[in-house]
Amino acid sequence: MSARGETTLWIAQRASAAVLALCVAVHIGVMVYAVQGGLSAAEILARTRGSAGWAAFYGVFVAAVAVHVPIGLRAVAVEWLGWRGRSLGVALHLFAALLLALGLRAVWAVVA
Amino acid sequence: MSVLQVDVWRGREDGRFQRFEVPRAESQTVLDVVTYIQRHLEPALAYRFACRVGMCGSCAMTVNGVARWTCRTHVARVARDGRLEIGPLANLPVIRDLATDMREFFDKWARAQGQFAPTATRRDEPARVAPQSPGRAAADAAIECIGCGVCYASCDVVAWNRDYLGPAALNRAWTLVNDVRDGARGARLRAVAAGAGCHACHTHMSCTERCPKRLSPTASIAGLKRATAAALLKGEL
Ligand code: SF4
Ligand code: SF4
Ligand code: FES
Repeated sequence: MSARGETTLWIAQRASAAVLALCVAVHIGVMVYAVQGGLSAAEILARTRGSAGWAAFYGVFVAAVAVHVPIGLRAVAVEWLGWRGRSLGVALHLFAALLLALGLRAVWAVVA
Repeated sequence: MSVLQVDVWRGREDGRFQRFEVPRAESQTVLDVVTYIQRHLEPALAYRFACRVGMCGSCAMTVNGVARWTCRTHVARVARDGRLEIGPLANLPVIRDLATDMREFFDKWARAQGQFAPTATRRDEPARVAPQSPGRAAADAAIECIGCGVCYASCDVVAWNRDYLGPAALNRAWTLVNDVRDGARGARLRAVAAGAGCHACHTHMSCTERCPKRLSPTASIAGLKRATAAALLKGEL
C-alpha cells in the first residue's frame, strides 16, 4: 500500500487502541461495580434502556473494535497466509462492516 | 587438550550439517573455529570474514541457533557441552555452506533511500551540527551499524514477509532522516512508510536484543513511525 495508506492505518490502529483501552477499563469497572450483590438482566436493561450516554459509550466502543480488529487481521493475513492485494482489502472491509453491524445491533438491543 | 564437536552447515538450503572435531584453544572465537576447519580439515568450506575485529560486518553466522558476529563471539560463551552448531544466517538465500547472498539485504537499504542526498557543494562551508542537537543525538544512537545482517536474520517479520524492509535498512534511513544536511527527507519518509516498511514492524525487539553493536533498530523504527505519522498529519507525506 502507499505511504499515506500504511501510515493512515497505523494511526487508526494506535488511536483505536487508545479508545479501546479506555472503553475496556470502563466496561469492566462498571461491570464489577454493578454486579456486586447480584444482577439480573431486567436490572441491566432498566439502566441502559433509553440511556443516550450508554448508547454513545458502546457505540464508540463498537466503532473502535470495527477499526482495530481488521487492521490487526490484515497483518496476520499478510504474514501467516501470504494473502495480500485487492481481495484482502475487500474481505477486511466486509469484515469491518460485519463487526460494526453486529456490534451496533447489540447496542441497539440494550438501549432501545 | 579438549576438543570441540562442531556441526557445520554444508551445501545450500537443502544441505546438511557435517561434524568436525576442533582442538579447543584459549580465547578462541567462533571464527577461529571455522577458520581452523577450513585450513586443516575441509579446504572447500565456504565462509566470509574480513576484519576479524568487529568492524566489517561480514562474518555473521547462526551459532547454536542464534545469529552472531563470529569474530567477536568467544567459544566459551556459546558452546554447550563442548558442542557448537554453525550455520549460515537465516532469512537470506544460502550460496554455499556458511556464505549467504546478502543482495536482498542491501537492496532494501537502497529501497529505504539509505543514500545521503547532499544539499551543499564543495564550495559551501562545512555544515555545523551541534553534537547535542536532538537530530544529531538520534543519528548518533543509530549510526554505528556495520551491516552485519544479524538483526535481519533475527527478525520474525522478515521471515514472514519477504517484502519487509527490515531493521537495518530502516535504522539507516532513520539516521538520514535526522541528518540536517540531507535533502531527501520527504522522499525517504515515503519510501520507508510504503508497502512493508516501518509500519510492518511488530516491535518484537529481537533485532535490538541481538545487534552486536548494541544499537536499537526498534527505537529507530519507532522514530520513523512517529515521523511518518507527523508528516501525514501535516499533509507532507
Ligand atoms: S523490532 Fe521490528 S525490526 Fe526489530 S525484530 Fe522486531 S519486528 Fe523486526
Ligand atoms: S543494526 Fe546491528 S545487527 Fe543490524 S546490521 Fe547493523 S550492526 Fe548488524
Ligand atoms: S570479520 Fe569483520 S566483523 Fe567479524
